[in-house]
Amino acid sequence: MTINNNGMFARATPLLFGALFIIGLVAPFAVYPTFLMKILCFGLFACAFNLLLGFAGLLSFGHAAFLGTAGYACGMLVRDLGVTPEVGILGGTLAAAILGWVFGVLAIRRSGIYFAMITLALAQMVFFFALQWKATGGEDGLQGVPRGHLFGLIDLSNNIAMYYLVFAVFCAGFFIIHRTIHSPFGQILKAIRENEPRAVSLGYDVAKYKLLAFVLSAALAGMAGATKTLVFQLASLTDVHWHMSGEVVLMTLLGGLGTILGPLVGAGVIVSLQSELADKVGSWVTVIMGVIFVLCVLLFRRGIVGELQALIKRAGIN
Amino acid sequence: MSDFILETAGLSKEFKGFAAVSGVDLKVRRGHIHALIGPNGAGKTTVFNLLTKFLPPTTGTIHFEGQDITTEAPAATARRGLIRSFQISATFPGLTVLENVRIGLQRKLGTGFHFWRSEKSLDALNGKAMELLESVDLGRFADTITGEMPYGRKRALEIATTLALEPTMMLLDEPTQGMGHEDIERVVALIRKVSEGRTILMVEHNLSVVANLCDRITVLTRGSVLAEGSYEEVSRDPRVLEAYVGSADINDAHH
Repeated sequence: MTINNNGMFARATPLLFGALFIIGLVAPFAVYPTFLMKILCFGLFACAFNLLLGFAGLLSFGHAAFLGTAGYACGMLVRDLGVTPEVGILGGTLAAAILGWVFGVLAIRRSGIYFAMITLALAQMVFFFALQWKATGGEDGLQGVPRGHLFGLIDLSNNIAMYYLVFAVFCAGFFIIHRTIHSPFGQILKAIRENEPRAVSLGYDVAKYKLLAFVLSAALAGMAGATKTLVFQLASLTDVHWHMSGEVVLMTLLGGLGTILGPLVGAGVIVSLQSELADKVGSWVTVIMGVIFVLCVLLFRRGIVGELQALIKRAGIN
Repeated sequence: MSDFILETAGLSKEFKGFAAVSGVDLKVRRGHIHALIGPNGAGKTTVFNLLTKFLPPTTGTIHFEGQDITTEAPAATARRGLIRSFQISATFPGLTVLENVRIGLQRKLGTGFHFWRSEKSLDALNGKAMELLESVDLGRFADTITGEMPYGRKRALEIATTLALEPTMMLLDEPTQGMGHEDIERVVALIRKVSEGRTILMVEHNLSVVANLCDRITVLTRGSVLAEGSYEEVSRDPRVLEAYVGSADINDAHH
């Protein structure tokens, strides 16, 4: 049974990815591009977070630090040093990767709630740093970041052009995550998540594997943050605030922890709800998010994509 | 090369003043199946954890193949070829049976950190993995999700995964615990088979298993070595009989 179902999923996956890719290509002609770009940026952020929690079993409560730091780094590079947007995105990603390495080295030897608390504490330090430092603009954030010209050629102030850059960044990030999960490294990561002492007894230095997973996740979260800064031409304290670290947990759980598409779906739902409800109910949005979170944990723990997969599997068996 | 593959001297472990293991001098001869027995709470599993570096000793030294490994990291000790099993079966339940064995084989490829490489590159190990699975009678379960298998087969899989590392010495923590008669016979036969060309140290409660499998026995009580010798010697030792409450146990085990 299991074999057949796995086979079925394996065959269906390329088709599904192909269909989604085409939808992604035509979507900006049907839906407001800025809205789509926001979903893709948060989708990538959540996918990066999911790589760590869903596949390495590490709950980081400080991922906003990577999103935000990369956003600031990209903003400064593009606005203050005048580099082209692709260099800004790479620079932001690199900054997040380095920060991820520092966080990782300090936190990785603890597990569970202690790991989460250390990452939270470190992320709060980054928040206060962003608040106090002149170059990051404090309360005002980094405003007026120009989108610039991609490779010095393509004008990104055109929303459609900007969209395709964001889409390309998302696809690249998504591919890296997909490949990482289905790599020799991914296999060992799964083994560590399933039974850490056994992985140690087989001779694997688990801390090193976790550290690499952490750096990859941080870098990809940074890639999302840097891209987001270009889209909105702004890097702000919201992106480094611990609320953001919580929101990405919600997106991932709602969409489906440990599923490849779940985080994107979760990000889509949360971003849609926020933009739909913001004008209508004001600060009640927070309460509504809280209720959704509780319902998700109580009623459908596998998340939207996880529940759908289970449904398909059951239908396949019967 | 010394006759003893594993030697400890004065090995002790204290937990907040409580001596779980004290002054253990254990010598395991190369090629032997050596049993560590003793009543509950005697410190057998603690000794295992010390030998495999899962716990740091309070005092004492551990030498493996003549090298001092007392302060080494657990994964590094495993890479020397000293591999342990656990009291509760240690598998990766969400992976398939084949993938479990491949985790053991994979380290030799040296691509453990290659996150950019396709997992198809691991298919090169499938032949060797199937061979190992066949050797423990699990060939036809290769594609089964491990968590769905019965306990006895999980233990067999655990041994196959350990064998994938070509260990020079295996430490088995109660390999027959919680098993029925048939499973026990299968595991005993398996241990005898895999003991060829390697050394085994096992913790075991089932004395008939110990009697018909082990070359040498160390009896542990309250963290110290009480007696050591062949099964015949140990089972006649009055101190050992006394340590086992209801001293008839150890003699009945023969039958």
